[in-house]
Amino acid sequence: MSCNCEKNKTKGGSGRRSFLRKLIFSLSGLIAAFLAFPLVAAMLEPVVGNKKEVWRGIGRISDFKVGEMKMVKFKNASTYAWSEKIKDSAAYIHRNKDNEIIAFKINCSHLGCPVRWEEKAELFLCPCHGGAFYKDGSRAAGPPNRGLYTYPVRLKDKKIEIQTEPIPITNITV
Amino acid sequence: MKSFLKKTGKWLDDRGGFSQLLKPLTTHFVPPGTKWNYVWGSATLFCFILQLLTGIALAFLYQPSVATAYDSLQYIENGAFLGSFIRGLHNWGASGMVVLIGVHMARVYLNAAYKYPREMSWITGVLLLGITITLAFTGQLMRWDGNGVWTGILAAEQMGRIPFIGDYVAYFFMGGTTLGGETLNRFFALHVFVLPGILVLIIGFHLYLVFRNGISEPPKPGRLVNPATYRKWYDKLLKKKGIPFFPDVIWRDVMASMIVLLILLVLAVAVGAPKLTEAPDPTFVKVEPHPDWYFEWIYAIFATMNRHLEPYFLFFAPVLGGMLLFAIPFLSKGGERSPLRRPWAVAGVISIVATLVSLTYVGLKAPWVPKFKAEPVVYTAIPKDEHIQKGVDLFNDMRCLYCHKMNGKGGESGPDLTDVQQTMSRDQIIIRIINGTDDMPGFGSTLKKEELNSLVDFLMVEQKKEILKNH
Repeated sequence: MSCNCEKNKTKGGSGRRSFLRKLIFSLSGLIAAFLAFPLVAAMLEPVVGNKKEVWRGIGRISDFKVGEMKMVKFKNASTYAWSEKIKDSAAYIHRNKDNEIIAFKINCSHLGCPVRWEEKAELFLCPCHGGAFYKDGSRAAGPPNRGLYTYPVRLKDKKIEIQTEPIPITNITV
Repeated sequence: MKSFLKKTGKWLDDRGGFSQLLKPLTTHFVPPGTKWNYVWGSATLFCFILQLLTGIALAFLYQPSVATAYDSLQYIENGAFLGSFIRGLHNWGASGMVVLIGVHMARVYLNAAYKYPREMSWITGVLLLGITITLAFTGQLMRWDGNGVWTGILAAEQMGRIPFIGDYVAYFFMGGTTLGGETLNRFFALHVFVLPGILVLIIGFHLYLVFRNGISEPPKPGRLVNPATYRKWYDKLLKKKGIPFFPDVIWRDVMASMIVLLILLVLAVAVGAPKLTEAPDPTFVKVEPHPDWYFEWIYAIFATMNRHLEPYFLFFAPVLGGMLLFAIPFLSKGGERSPLRRPWAVAGVISIVATLVSLTYVGLKAPWVPKFKAEPVVYTAIPKDEHIQKGVDLFNDMRCLYCHKMNGKGGESGPDLTDVQQTMSRDQIIIRIINGTDDMPGFGSTLKKEELNSLVDFLMVEQKKEILKNH
């Protein structure tokens, strides 16, 4: 394993060595980048390749009585053949006294847990950290700093459609 | 025959170089006094090895897909031979690893073993701590039941607090903008390939550093670490008083691993892994997500912290906390190592442990969770006062019991209302019910005037215990 470095350090040799050194590092870097690419692509594919918004029918207008809160389920925009139940999202549909249809996301605006509708007390309650919201979605109590998020809704031929949207992520500046 | 075996052994060693490879271990000397307080690191390593083996065993049985994971977990738990035991051992191995890495870290900090020349051991140790915690968290998600589903969203929401790129990071972890077919798989890939792989590499380096810099000698008050002379002094110490690591010291590590294994076996058999809750379904809202016990303290912070500060805390606390941990060996480089001469270090460890223990206690109790299962109170007075009966019904309907106690039953996030008439006047109660507080919903728009009257009249009754029965 003795090294002959000193002997070989002739003029031409050192130039060749420094070239080889550069070659080794640049080729290795290239190989690494080449191998990293499919890894990064695979990690990002489900995120980037995700279709975000699509309109889904959730029922006729007559299915929702004035003043009532009703939970509906619908399919997310982007699903896979194997998604089964995980392909669905839910929303609370409220037809208020002014005949407006509001679709609340079920995710608490604190950390995303599913809020439950308490019919008689007219409150949404979160089972994780005790957040509470009023019938109109505004904050009532607990750690959340804002009201519930909503989905866009539209009326088409007396049918109600809901626009699928991402799970709401609350940011540092609410 | 004997000579043949001997020959074969010699051949293997000559061509394989095994004794040369292991020589550093057998001839490695350590300072005197490295006794039972030096087993925590190897005990943590033992837990990791246990996690690797039980994890591989589980991977043979588990189906990592959103559609099949839950059923395969049911199979592991109820059908597969030893399945429930393996799952229990993997679960408690994780607990053991989290606890022991904490003890190991506290020991190293209290003895200031992170000082010159072992700063790198501390830094790699902090990395190992971070990865261990992430492994524990992603593991909770592998339990793909109702709890696992919402744990995934909770993790994403926390990432959402990162300024500017929060949404992207959150959706990256979810594998899309909603839960979907990819969500479980990316956590699976992280939990099974990426994180353990990185952990193995860093552990290798962490162990190499032990051999390179030597085990820190037990500290003595007044014996200061001087970076200029330390290595020389340490070499001399080993030459004069060093004891061979193998077998004089390492037997304690093996013994400690054995004890840890026995404890984990008992826990795996007697307690087992957490029960699976309902099947995963993002549209099913009657869930009560709850973290594994080692995250209870974080859960408690989320629920009890001032809500206006919390968004900032969620981001800055882990960032600043992590930076502080990395900075420790640079903040105090040399000098005193003995905890007897470093009272602030001792006080720091004690207060951190006290904080973690008390937050864990609060987290286990979780008084902030509405008591959805609270049974309604029943009005039993004879003769019946219809007005009060209405008040009791409203008390039940408005779900007051979710947060308040009445007659010994109910939630704990609000005050006990059994004798509320003694602490509040009628008017005060009315105002409170109508307006609520920052931590109580107001019922002004829900209750009609006469309903409010009945409810308040019920609350004003003296000796409620005598007219109530818990269902």
